[in-house]
Parts: sequence; C-alpha cells; structure tokens
Amino acid sequence: MKSLSVSKAVTALMLAGLVLLPLYSHLTGNIFILTLFTRIIILALAAASLNLIMGFAGLMSFGHAAYLGIGGYAVGMLAQEGVGSGFIQFPVAIAASGIYALVIGALSLRTRGVYFIMITLAFAQMAYYVASGLARYGGDDGLTIYTRSDFSGLIDLGNRTQFYYLCLACLFGVMLLIWRIVNSRFGLVVQGLRSNEQRMQAIGFPAKRYQLVCFVISGTMCGLAGALLANNTDFVSPAVMYWTRSGDLMVMVILGGMGTLFGPVMGAVVFLLLEELLSQITEYWALILGPLLLLIVLFGRGGIMGALGRAGRG
Amino acid sequence: MLLVVEQFLNGLQFGLLLFLLAAGLTLVFGIMDLVNLAHGSLYMMGAYFAATFAAWTGSFLLGALMALGATLVLGIVLEVSALRHLYGRDHLDHVLATFGLILFFNEAVRLIWGPAGLALPLPAWLTVPVPILPGIHYPAYRLAIIGVALLVALLLYLGVMRTRIGMLIRAGASNREMIGALGINIKLLYTLVFGLGAALAGLAGLMQAPILTVQIGMGENILILAFVIIVIGGIGSIRGAFLAAIFVGMIDTLGRAFLPNLLRQVLSGAAASTAAPALSSMLIYLLMAIVLVVRPEGLFPANRR
Repeated sequence: MKSLSVSKAVTALMLAGLVLLPLYSHLTGNIFILTLFTRIIILALAAASLNLIMGFAGLMSFGHAAYLGIGGYAVGMLAQEGVGSGFIQFPVAIAASGIYALVIGALSLRTRGVYFIMITLAFAQMAYYVASGLARYGGDDGLTIYTRSDFSGLIDLGNRTQFYYLCLACLFGVMLLIWRIVNSRFGLVVQGLRSNEQRMQAIGFPAKRYQLVCFVISGTMCGLAGALLANNTDFVSPAVMYWTRSGDLMVMVILGGMGTLFGPVMGAVVFLLLEELLSQITEYWALILGPLLLLIVLFGRGGIMGALGRAGRG
Repeated sequence: MLLVVEQFLNGLQFGLLLFLLAAGLTLVFGIMDLVNLAHGSLYMMGAYFAATFAAWTGSFLLGALMALGATLVLGIVLEVSALRHLYGRDHLDHVLATFGLILFFNEAVRLIWGPAGLALPLPAWLTVPVPILPGIHYPAYRLAIIGVALLVALLLYLGVMRTRIGMLIRAGASNREMIGALGINIKLLYTLVFGLGAALAGLAGLMQAPILTVQIGMGENILILAFVIIVIGGIGSIRGAFLAAIFVGMIDTLGRAFLPNLLRQVLSGAAASTAAPALSSMLIYLLMAIVLVVRPEGLFPANRR
C-alpha cells in the first residue's frame, strides 16, 4: 500500500503543478515557461497514446510520430485551403489519423516482435516522404499556419493561457479515456493478449481485431496531439514525422514507466525539462542526455514510476 | 543504353555498400539478438576517421586502413563498456539505449569535428573513368567499391561457412546456451562479432565518404535502409541480407533515375516532377511492407528451430 502512496503523491503533485502553472507564469511574468509546458503537455498526450499500445497492448510501434504529422498536416492543409474552423480541422485530424492507423495496423499486425517495430517504422518513413513531396504544402520546408484553429469564440487559441488549458483538458480527457479503456472488458482482453496471445485465442478472442481497435484508438489520440502541436508552433513540417521523433516518444514512455497510467506524462515532463535544462548548461546537451538514457535502461527498470514504487517499499 | 548500364552499376554499387552495413547488423541481430540502432553511428565514425586520417597521412589508402582499425577498436570498446550489458534484455531496451548512443555520437562528432561536414578527396588514380564496355566509361572509384565489397562478401561467406570461428558464429545464432555449455567463450565470441560488424560498418562509411560529404547524421538514413534490408532478407541471414541489399540498392537507384520519366508519361509534367522524388524514396518502404505482409519472417529466414 505504501508503495502506491508514494507514486500517487508524486503524480498528484505533478498534476496540481500543471493545473497551477499559468498562475505562476502570470505572477512571475515568465511567459516562456507557459510556452514550454504547452509543448510538454501536447507531447505527453502523444506519449500517453503510445503507451496505450506499447504498455498495455504490448505492440511496440516505432512510427508513432506519423500521427503527429498527420494531425498537424490536417490542420495546416485545411487552414491553407481557407477552412479555419477548429470544429472541422480537429475532427478531420482525428479521423485521418484513425484511417491511417486502421490501414497500417491491419498490415503491421500480421507481423510480430522486431518485425512489428520495423514495419511501423517503415510506414512512418513513408508518411515522412509523402509529406516531403507535398509541394503545394511546402514540401521539405514545411507549412506555416497563419491562423490558428478558430473555435468561433468558444475558446481563443491565440491566447496563451486558454490554449494551455485546452491542451491540459485534452490531456486529462485522454488520460480518463485510457483509464476507462484499460479497466474495461476490452482493455482486459488487450492486456491478456499482451501476456499470452495463444491462450487468449484459444479461449476464443479474435486477437487481431482487438489489437487493431486498440491501435486505431491510440492513433486517433496521437492525431489530436498532432493538431494541437501544429497550433502550438503555427507550423508543420515533415520533420515532426522523422523517425527520431518516434524514438523520442518511445523514450518518454519508457523513461516514465511503460504500462502505468501516468508514467508517460511524467516521462514527457522529465525528458523535455531535462532537454531544456541541459541545453541551457551546454550547447552539447545530447552528449549528456545520450549516456543518461543508456544508464536509465541499464539500471532503472520500470522507469520513474518503477523507481517511485521501489522508493515507497524501501 | 549508356544511362541504363551506368545506373545499373550505380545500383549494384549502392546495394553492395548497403550489404556491408546490413551484414554487421544482421550478424549482431542474429547472434546476440541485439537491436543496434547505433550501427549507423559506426558507419559515420568510419567516414570521419577516414577523412581525418587521410588528411594526416596524406594517403587515401593509409587513411582508410587506419580508419578501419579505429572503427574496429571503437566497436569493441562500445561492446565491452555498454552493449554487453544489454544482451538478454528486451528489444525495447536495446532500441532506447542505442538511441541514446546515437545522440551521444552525433554530439561528440559535432564537438570534435564541428558542425560543418568534411570532404575526403580521392587520389588521382581512382578518379579516372574506366572503359567497361565499348564506348561506356565508369568511374574507377565506384568500380573499386564494387570490387572491395564483393571481395568482403566472399571472405565473409567463406569465413562464416568454412572456418572454425564461422562455425561457432553459426552455432551461436542457432543456440547460444548450448555452445556456452560446450565450453565456448561466448563473451569473447560476441565481442569479436560486434567488432567485425563495426569494422564492416566503418568500411561502408569510409567507402561512401568520397561520394557524399562526411556529415553528422549521415548514418541515420542509411541505418534505416539497412534495417529494411535485414527485415526483407530475414533477420540473422547473411545470404538474405546480401540478396535484399542488392535488390534494395537497385530499386532505390533505378527508381530515382527512371521513375520521373515514367511518371511524366502518365501524369502532367509538374505533378510528375513533384511526385517522383517522394515516390522513389517510398519505393523501398513499400517493398518492405509488401514483403512483410506476404512473408512476415522475411524472404530468407535464418534456419531456427
């Protein structure tokens, strides 16, 4: 019981901090921290969606950044064509990610293990090259989004605080959804498939169908993150889909603790803050971050959540 | 005709180069079951070492030889200090840890050699065009790459199939506990295999260096190609890697060379010239997706029980 309370306390503290951050930003006049944390929250959302398939369903997708790009390009392309309404842009972003996930999921789920890692990577690289070839939408150079999604006065995405809270609300909504999914019958089947697919199939569950649905849900969530990210940077380019981006997302999930509800959020916060802090200390921050990742893999089993659990017991 | 022969040879040359990279990757993958994303970094280090040593010694060949040795040593150091501890771990751990190594190597290179790329000039005797068919000339250096890579492929084949070390390597690939139980020093064997893979990657990097610029991140795109190759060829299979590498090299090169013209016959000029580069970059991934959908274990899966 005590181990639970330590990780719970830290999680609660982190969530409270995220809710109160704009207040701190207003009081100190530190606008930068608000911008930084908006980005962190959006990527935490993406990491949480990856965790749904990686941590709970055991499907190691190495192409998750593709959804960030698809969501982002949906917003950017519609804005370019004069469709500025967020009520159209966001559903399109989510639907496009879902359709992409359905297609590549149906193909990728035929493979297992390392082959699955590689085929998801290959599809994401394909998406990357498609985006590079979109000459009308900036091609390699990317697409500048001149107007953010317009929610007809309901919420103003140009306002930093309002946008921050929109992202936070999306994150909380997705976390709630993931929590409900994981504890539903569907979620239990998917987790059962992770531990023993053959046995689940023998019981009579259509394994592929369950995994595919989970894969699509995860993709749509990440598509939402992509739409938010494009609004945050006012820009979308093929670079958001590059494979190192997918690697970053994986790192966040594993760093935080794969298969825990709040681990990926914690992982995103720590990873991006670390990147920010190290880049302030030295231009060569990756020189420290790289070996740090290696050490975390070698010695830190279960990520931050695992460490907190051990701290609670010890 | 001239263009076809030339592009065909370019494809062969690129494919053989990819094979050098993929061979090390598939050996490490097949024998130690290690997913090494940092293999591309070794390729990059090979190119940087060669450019540096060649500038020091003033000789291309001497520089290349020293670079080969240096990557071998680097690979062994890397294996002993870090990667050794990852054997038997989850593949995901490998991905994460070696992803960290990529960050480290890219940054270390930026610190040591600076952000600008290096050039590795060729000696004069390698730049002459050689007549290969009546009226058709081909650069000597690219022919040299084909020759060296074929020689290495042959040596690798003989080494793995005909020598005692090769026998141990194959035994290790099919059952690592058993050869450990038979009293073989697996640790040493693994270090050797990793060093060999590193040297092959370094060789690919230093041979590619005079054709492209030596720059940070050069290993990443080609690493993905190498992974595509070993997945198409079947993980752990050198024969599969060889065939898949040639295949991928050909498709990539020929696609880039001829796809724009082919498309122009179907599409309007503007549409074709924007679609062609993206489509030719996608071809390989498309190929891999098709292969995996049809044969989820790759074309030539290594014989495993």
